[in-house]
Amino acid sequence: MIASDNNIQRISDQFAQFHADLESATPPWLTGLRREAFRRFEDLGFPTTRQEEWRFTNVKRIAETVFALAEIPAPLNLGTISPFVLDEDYLRLVFVNGHYIGDLSATGATPHGAVVGSLSAALADRPKLIEDHLGKLASDDHACFAALNSAFIRDGAFIHVPRGVMINQPIHLLFISTDSSSPTASYPRNLIIAQRDSRATIIESYVGLSDGVYLTNAVTEISVSENAVVDHCKLQQESTDGYHVATTQVRQQRASQFSSHYFSLGGQLVRNEVDVILDGEGCECTLNALYIADGDQHMDNRTRIDHAKPHCNSHELYKGILDERAKGVFNGKIYVHPDAQKTDAKQSNRVLLLSDDAVIDTKPQLEIYADDVKCTHGATVGQIDETALYYLRSRGVSEDLARSLLVYAFANEIASALELETVREHVERFLLAGQSLTEL
Amino acid sequence: MLEIKNLHARVEEAEILRGINLTVNAGEVHAIMGPNGSGKSTLAHVLAGRDDYEVTNGEVLFQGKNLLEMEIDERAGEGVFLAYQYPVEIPGISTKYFLKAALNSIRAYRGEQRCSAKEFLKLAKDKMQMLDMDKSLLDRGVNEGFSGGEKKRNEIFQMAVLQPKLAILDETDSGLDIDALRIVADGVNSLRSAGRAIIVVTHYQRLLEYIVPDKVHVLADGRIVRSGDKTLALALEEKGYALVEGERETVPSPA
Repeated sequence: MIASDNNIQRISDQFAQFHADLESATPPWLTGLRREAFRRFEDLGFPTTRQEEWRFTNVKRIAETVFALAEIPAPLNLGTISPFVLDEDYLRLVFVNGHYIGDLSATGATPHGAVVGSLSAALADRPKLIEDHLGKLASDDHACFAALNSAFIRDGAFIHVPRGVMINQPIHLLFISTDSSSPTASYPRNLIIAQRDSRATIIESYVGLSDGVYLTNAVTEISVSENAVVDHCKLQQESTDGYHVATTQVRQQRASQFSSHYFSLGGQLVRNEVDVILDGEGCECTLNALYIADGDQHMDNRTRIDHAKPHCNSHELYKGILDERAKGVFNGKIYVHPDAQKTDAKQSNRVLLLSDDAVIDTKPQLEIYADDVKCTHGATVGQIDETALYYLRSRGVSEDLARSLLVYAFANEIASALELETVREHVERFLLAGQSLTEL
Repeated sequence: MLEIKNLHARVEEAEILRGINLTVNAGEVHAIMGPNGSGKSTLAHVLAGRDDYEVTNGEVLFQGKNLLEMEIDERAGEGVFLAYQYPVEIPGISTKYFLKAALNSIRAYRGEQRCSAKEFLKLAKDKMQMLDMDKSLLDRGVNEGFSGGEKKRNEIFQMAVLQPKLAILDETDSGLDIDALRIVADGVNSLRSAGRAIIVVTHYQRLLEYIVPDKVHVLADGRIVRSGDKTLALALEEKGYALVEGERETVPSPA
C-alpha cells in the first residue's frame, strides 16, 4: 500500500497546517484532542480487507485519493439549497463543505435554555459544556475514520436540550458538498445532548452539488439521558462520485428512547456505522435502515448495539435493494453483556437482489453473555416474490409495473415507519421516482 | 363467452386437469364443485394464467380469442378476474394505489381514459359501502394483516371496482362467517348481469344458497363428471361426493 502510505504523509502535512492555522484560537484541551486523534489515525492507518470489520469493504479508493480540506465556497443562495430544504417549518442548520452558514440556516426561537447551533459557535460560547462531552461517546480507538474526523474537528451541529425541555420542531442538519476542481474532504462533527426528560427530533441530510470525487467523513455523538426521547433520521444522498464514511455513536441512559432511521440513497462508496450503548435499564432502541444501490455503488452498513444493562429492548430492521453491479454489506452486532438480563433484541436484514451481478455480504452477529434473554436475528436475501407478482399481474398490471410496485413496496416498509410526514413524503417521492411510478 | 375444450394441465409431473370441457355463456353463473384435490383451483389458476401450471392439451376461447396465449395481465385486460382462495399480502403498497394502478392498467389496455384520483376514490368508496368495509382499508397495505374474511371481502371489492366480464371465485366462502358470507354474496349478486359470466368454485353447497347458480358441475380427478342445475348441489350436500364416486373413472365428461 505504497500509495496510501504516501497519502498518510500528505494527510499528516495537511494536519500540521490545519493545526498551525487554528492553534492560537483553540483551547488547549481541543488541541490535545485533535493531536491525540491524529496520532491514533497514524497508528491505525487506513483499514484493509484483512481486518474483520472491513472484510467486505475496500477503501483503497479513499486511501489513495488526495483530498484537500474543503473550503468555504463562494456564497450559495437559498435557491440553490431549496431542493434540499425538507420543510420551512423545521429548524435548520446548513453546513457547506463542513462549515456552518448562518445565512442559509433558520434557527428560529428555541425553548428556553436549549441550544441549536453550530459547534464552532458553541466552542466559543460554551467551551466547558463542549469539553465535557465532545469525543466522549465516539470511541475512535479502533476506528481510523472516526479518528481522522476527530483530528479535523472544526464545525458541525451542536444541540443541547436541557432537562425537561421538548423541542417540538424537528431540527434539520443539512450538509452540502459543493463542486470543486479537485477532490476535497469535509469532516462534520455533530454533538447532540438530550438531558433528562427532554425530547428532540433530528434529521441529518448529506447532499452533493459536485460531479467530482469528494469525501464526507462525519461523526455524530448523541447522548440520551434518563427518560429522554431522541428520534434521529439520516438521509444520505451524496452525489454519484461522493464517498461517505460516517459514524453515529449513541449512549442511552435509563428508560430513554432512541430511534434511528437511515436512508442510504446516494454516493459511490458508503460506509455507515451506528453504535448504540444501552447503558441504563428500561431503554428502547430502534434502528431501521433502507439502502438502495445500483451501478457500481458500494454501501456498507455496520451496526453495533451494546446491551449493557438489564431490561432493554432493541429492534433492528435493515433492508437493502441492490441492482446492476451494486454491492451491499450488512454487519450487525448485538452484544449482550453479562449483567443485561431480560434483554429483548431483534435484528433482521432483508435484501432484494434485482440483478445477477448484485452482491450482498451479510454478517449478523449475536454475542450473548447473559442467560435470561430473548435475542433473534434473521437475514433473507431474495428476488421479487413471484406469487405477489402473479397477483398484481392477474389484476391487469403489466409485469414491468408490477415489479416496480413490488420494489417500491419492499422499500416503503421502512419509509412508512417514519413519523415525520414531510420526511416520509420526501423519501416516498424518491422511491417512486426511482421506480418511475407516479405520485400516490 | 368462455369455451374450454379438452383442457389438460399439469404441475411438474402430476397431471391435474385431464380433459375439461365447459362452456359458460354471458349472463350465466356456473358453480364448480368437487372434493379436495379434484382440480378446481388448478382450473381457476390456469384460466388466470399462473405459469406454475403447464397446459399440455386442449384450448380455451374467451370471447372468441385464444386465452391460453395471452399474458396474465392481458387476460385481466380482456376481462378475466380471479378472486383468490389465498389472497396475497403486499405490505408497503396501499390498497388504494394498487387498485388504481390495476384499474388504469386495464383501462389503458382497452384504450379507455385513465381514472382520475377523485373519480377512483368515489368509485372505491361506493363499492366499499356496498360490502360494508371500512374506508381506512384503502390506505392499508394490500391485505396486510387482514383476517381471512377481510381478505375475501377485499377480493370481491376489487372485483366490484374492476368490473370484469368473467369472474372466477376460488373458494370465496372458505373462512367466512355467515354474516360475511351474506355480504360477499350480495356483492357478487349485484355484479350479475347479462354481459357478465361468473364461475363459483366451491367445496360446499353453502355459498350456493346465496349465489344461486344456473349450472352446477362436479369435478373429480381432473374431469367434469356430472353437470346439472342447482339441485345437483343440493344432492351433493345430502349424499356427499360419494354420489359421483363411481363416475370418476368411467363416465366421460359431458361436453
